[in-house]
Amino acid sequence: MKQFWKLMLRNPSGLIGLTILVIAIVIAVFGPLMFPNSPLRMVQRPFLPPFTLSAVPLGTDALGRDVFAGIIYGARVSLLVGLVSTLAALAVGVPLGAIAGYFGGRIDDALMRFTEFFQTIPSFALAIVLVAVLRPSIYSIVASIAIVSWPPVARLVRGEVLSLRTREYVQAAIVTGQTSGWIIWHEILPNALSPVVVLASLMVATAILLESSLSFLGLGDPNLISWGYMVGAGRTVIRQAWWITVFPGLAILMSVLGLNLVGEGLNDALNPRLARDGR
Amino acid sequence: MAADPVVRIKDLRIALPPGGERAYAVDGVSFDLKPGEIVCVVGESGSGKSMCAHALMGLLPDSVVTETGEIAFDSSNLLALDEDGWRDLRGRRIAMVFQEPMTALNPLMRIGDQMTEMFEAHDLLSPRERRQKALGLAQEVGLPDPERIVRAYPHQLSGGQRQRAMIAMALALEPVVLVADEPTTALDVTTQAQILKLIRDLQRSRNMAVMFITHDFGVVGDIADRVVVLRHGQIVEQGSAQAVLERPQHAYTKALLAAVPSMAPPPRPPLIDRNKAVEVIGLDKTYVTAGGWFRPDRSVQAANQVNFSILQGETLGLVGESGSGKSSVARLVMRLIGADRGTIRIGDVDLTQLEGKALRDQRRRIQMIFQDPFASLNPRRKVGQIISDGPIAHGSDPEKARQRARDLLGMVGLDGGAMERYPHEFSGGQRQRIGIARALALDPEILVADEAVSALDVSVQAQVLNLLEDLKTRLGLSMLFITHDLRVAAQICDRIAVMQRGVIVELKATATLFAAPEHPYTRELLAAVPGQQKPVSLSA
Repeated sequence: MKQFWKLMLRNPSGLIGLTILVIAIVIAVFGPLMFPNSPLRMVQRPFLPPFTLSAVPLGTDALGRDVFAGIIYGARVSLLVGLVSTLAALAVGVPLGAIAGYFGGRIDDALMRFTEFFQTIPSFALAIVLVAVLRPSIYSIVASIAIVSWPPVARLVRGEVLSLRTREYVQAAIVTGQTSGWIIWHEILPNALSPVVVLASLMVATAILLESSLSFLGLGDPNLISWGYMVGAGRTVIRQAWWITVFPGLAILMSVLGLNLVGEGLNDALNPRLARDGR
Repeated sequence: MAADPVVRIKDLRIALPPGGERAYAVDGVSFDLKPGEIVCVVGESGSGKSMCAHALMGLLPDSVVTETGEIAFDSSNLLALDEDGWRDLRGRRIAMVFQEPMTALNPLMRIGDQMTEMFEAHDLLSPRERRQKALGLAQEVGLPDPERIVRAYPHQLSGGQRQRAMIAMALALEPVVLVADEPTTALDVTTQAQILKLIRDLQRSRNMAVMFITHDFGVVGDIADRVVVLRHGQIVEQGSAQAVLERPQHAYTKALLAAVPSMAPPPRPPLIDRNKAVEVIGLDKTYVTAGGWFRPDRSVQAANQVNFSILQGETLGLVGESGSGKSSVARLVMRLIGADRGTIRIGDVDLTQLEGKALRDQRRRIQMIFQDPFASLNPRRKVGQIISDGPIAHGSDPEKARQRARDLLGMVGLDGGAMERYPHEFSGGQRQRIGIARALALDPEILVADEAVSALDVSVQAQVLNLLEDLKTRLGLSMLFITHDLRVAAQICDRIAVMQRGVIVELKATATLFAAPEHPYTRELLAAVPGQQKPVSLSA
């Protein structure tokens, strides 16, 4: 574990990503405590440019709402949606992939065709339809993002399990009379974990983007402010009031960048042989 | 052979990256290579023998540093050479043959193209002449039907043919020095004998200096003019092959030679009035690889009407070359793969008829020791868990299972502190002991050892064999011992079954089999075992 952190922090991109991510998490957790007012409340005159009033440092939007407060509260929604939907996608994808890879044959065929069924539908279109059908709410958004993002997990885990299940230590577990469930859980999955962790960090980033895109199209949770919603709401007035779209856009950019860098750092730390100066 | 040496290695010292097992990979090594002479560099894994070869080819990895020393060749010091100088030298003056011909050849290039590449790289000859040369070389190294072979891809050749192609490439520019890094280790014994002879003949006809790296004293006996014995990067002994093999001076050399199993089977008391522990009747297994639209299905018969039985307390050897189906038989007996037909009886239980829980319950009676001590232990589980997992799965109390695991570790010669450590902290031999402890944890009646000592160094191999033999006698186990090494089989087996292409061609008591082999294939195998001309095994 110590070794892992050393490798992770030695890598500059991992370090930068981790810093950005920690800042984002701190803002998401403690930010709303410092701004007890709802970000949906009008606090000033509309279209107040940024850096004019210290009470509203990033200006106000078309309804006079505080852009800075919106970004702070939006962090909570974005990170939560990213995290929860990724966990849900893992909860579906990992067992499915593991079962398909371990048992092979018809089970594998059936599960993989099922996976492909989801992969062939454009994921964003499916997410829009699902949210629209289920009514926009934080739950339906998380569910629809999870539904469109589990297939790559299942594919990845299946591939890992396929290669691991022929290892001699797995065969040794079979001949000592272990059940298949035990073997998958104790012998195979721990060894298949590192690529899944890397993929998961990138999935959080993708989920944040998806949530932003849905909110941009007006399919966000109407009771919660999110970065994507702010960008969407400000887009009609982007020529008069650039700050309404630019600041939340930057927030999206930074958090996604941070997560991608963390993913890269994780990749290097978990596969040290690939990373170490190439040759 | 009074010729002047072509290569003089003087006081070569190569430093490993700090924090490693030892400071130097190669520590003060000096020896000469003379034209018309084969120098065998022998040592166990990690002795630095490959490092010497790579230094001579300028192929050292970036992580090591050559601290002192000189490799004199053609009045220049190779260690001072830059990349351009090396490029000029490699292939043209010094050539190399690698261990694994499948990975050393480019799978996407035809054999002939890979040979002509040698001339191309050094800007020699016209394309037409190059092709002519390639054909000539293919002929010289004894590749059958050279016209066809030069147009083939590496995967279409057998292992021996691939190694011949590698040798042809190495010889293309008529180098004065040939470096061969374990060139026969990946090959079957009969192929190995052919390749050794080929290298010998070519070396004689071309008067080359050959540096031959090997860990196998049998091979040394067959091919070496001079021997250099390496240990921990230092030379412990060097001299003429005869002197080193027949009158070893250093204790380490003596120990290594003594560890080479003898071809003479020790006398074994006959086993009479024993019940059958395992009975295998009419086992069939065919692997079918589905073809495409334009290709027929490919099928390989791994087991064809295999019959044998093992008595209680008996060790049955299953020998054969790679692809003969011996590992498949082991996996069939273990029910790791299903048989197409046939019966496997353990005592009076028919293993082939069982499924699910009933099968899992019976599995404890027959346990397996695997070949690769690095792949057979889960890197993420502690040794204590690895050993006690099996008994716990069979309903043993976890505390008792751990206590038992501790006892077993003692039994295989490891201390109880190993319980809390992970497999990567152990050496190959120790890992194999852990594998044995895991197999014994379930109190099996039968052990199946699939090439259990093949991946180990010869001295460790001897220890593990002794351990197996000892445990078997003490616990009254029966054993199915699968190996490609007839020397090992001679030492440990009561009876030996010889397999060829999925069929058992001969099954006899060990002494009888070695004294009077009947089947031509058995004779061929026995004749191909290296190191029979010179008295390698003085210990016999």
